[in-house]
Amino acid sequence: MTDKKPVKDFATDWDHTDPKWVNDPYPIWQDLRERCPVAHTDRYGGGWFPSTHEVVSAIANDTEHFSSRLVVVTNNKYPEGSPPAPIGGAPPITSDPPFHALARRLLLPAFAPGPINALEPQIRALCRRHLDELSGEQIIDAASQYAQFIPPGVIAHMLGFPSEDGEIFRDFVHVVLDLIDLSPEVRAPLFVPMGEYFDQQIADHVAHPRDDLTSYLLNVEVAGEKLSPEHVRGTMVLILIAGIDTTWSAIGASLWHLATHPEDLARLVNEPDLMPLAIEEFLRFYAPVTMARLVKDDMEFAGCPMKKDDWILLGFPAANRDPEAFEDADKFIIDRTINRHAAFGLGIHRCAGSNLARLELRVAVEEFISRYPVFELDSSKDVTWAQGQVRGPRHIPLRVPV
Amino acid sequence: MRVSIDTEICQGQGRCFSIAPSIFDFDELGNGVVIGDGTLSDETLSLARLAQSNCPEHAIFIEE
Ligand code: HEM
Repeated sequence: MTDKKPVKDFATDWDHTDPKWVNDPYPIWQDLRERCPVAHTDRYGGGWFPSTHEVVSAIANDTEHFSSRLVVVTNNKYPEGSPPAPIGGAPPITSDPPFHALARRLLLPAFAPGPINALEPQIRALCRRHLDELSGEQIIDAASQYAQFIPPGVIAHMLGFPSEDGEIFRDFVHVVLDLIDLSPEVRAPLFVPMGEYFDQQIADHVAHPRDDLTSYLLNVEVAGEKLSPEHVRGTMVLILIAGIDTTWSAIGASLWHLATHPEDLARLVNEPDLMPLAIEEFLRFYAPVTMARLVKDDMEFAGCPMKKDDWILLGFPAANRDPEAFEDADKFIIDRTINRHAAFGLGIHRCAGSNLARLELRVAVEEFISRYPVFELDSSKDVTWAQGQVRGPRHIPLRVPV
Repeated sequence: MRVSIDTEICQGQGRCFSIAPSIFDFDELGNGVVIGDGTLSDETLSLARLAQSNCPEHAIFIEE
């Protein structure tokens, strides 16, 4: 990482890669909510961070004043070769209306509950296989030896990529989502291997079409025309990146919670009917995904003088901890029955993969606690959390029964 | 008493048909739909209210 000045006041100089924010952002957001609900920074070329549910929701639903052209905050607001709005580099997440609806509609049927629920046996088998590999071990890393394997396996299957390529996907995710604070000249070359990998997969699917999402995207027609190659590739990259780190972060955070809250672990083991409520509370409390927007034109919004192309760091996780929107917002309540959380976003960009994410999270937790009805953190090693816009534990050292 | 989903507001968050599968279903895009004409009984009203209070988009409406 580059050498940076530590943040003194997050209200006027926020930085989501500052170690304080990375380790424990919740008190920072609570403080901002109380004294400066929309914080500002000059870092990254200038931007705003709303910390209340009300403002996060207003921005997510206002595509007239805020663009999704870029959804990851970096030091470069005008990356070379990135298609302009309303399409952007990774449709539909980088698209604005009216193009967005078209790009999104293409994807939704494959991610609707019907086809997704059919994957359950396969996901369960994947989880069991990885648990089997850990048998006999007393100390395991629930992140790098379990959670991180589940989503890549599922995504490789959906896109029709070799199942053993999961390790490669991990590197791609790291470049796109973690290494955000590098200068554009250092960052750009890191994208080359990912580009080459996708070229190769696309060429293989053109030569040998098959029943998977890649072949579907290559062949689907909109108004009599196939999608542009940039669109196909952008959507594939999106699915790979959006489908992996997000979900393993959610699985990891949930297992970390259970390791540090034995009373919740015991309840979940003894009352499996609680699982649907518990899953929504894991998602609310440890919401892993923060997105970005760009301000379209100079304007005043929520009392702030916003400038064209200012970043907005759209903190769905912060919205989920707002006491105005949730009773006892800072308490994890495993059987919370009223839970309008925004972990999958709000408005037209609602996570297209939410049915899959929920399924993976539920099955991964179910299989883990059925194999290990008791487990605890191994205090000799540290739990580390990912920095950047997707938050989850990278390492969860656990002591498990043999 | 009737329940309905405003399809302009619904984004397919998927909460209603998980919480109350006897009242809500999903379409081929994964958006929520009301089963039948949405008439609620005294017994199903509370379930519909629970789904309503979990909809992140505030897309569910109940006429009493
Ligand atoms: C727990 C896991 C996940 C979380 C918390 C999550 C969260 C999000 C959020 C907050 C957005 C909204 C983006 C915005 O407003 O700019 C989003 C969009 C999206 N997600 Fe996820 N996601 C998860 C898993 C997945 C999975 C497994 C996939 C697919 C394989 C996926 C695919 C997408 C796509 C395609 C979009 C763009 C939708 C659009 O722009 O219309 N996500 N996700």
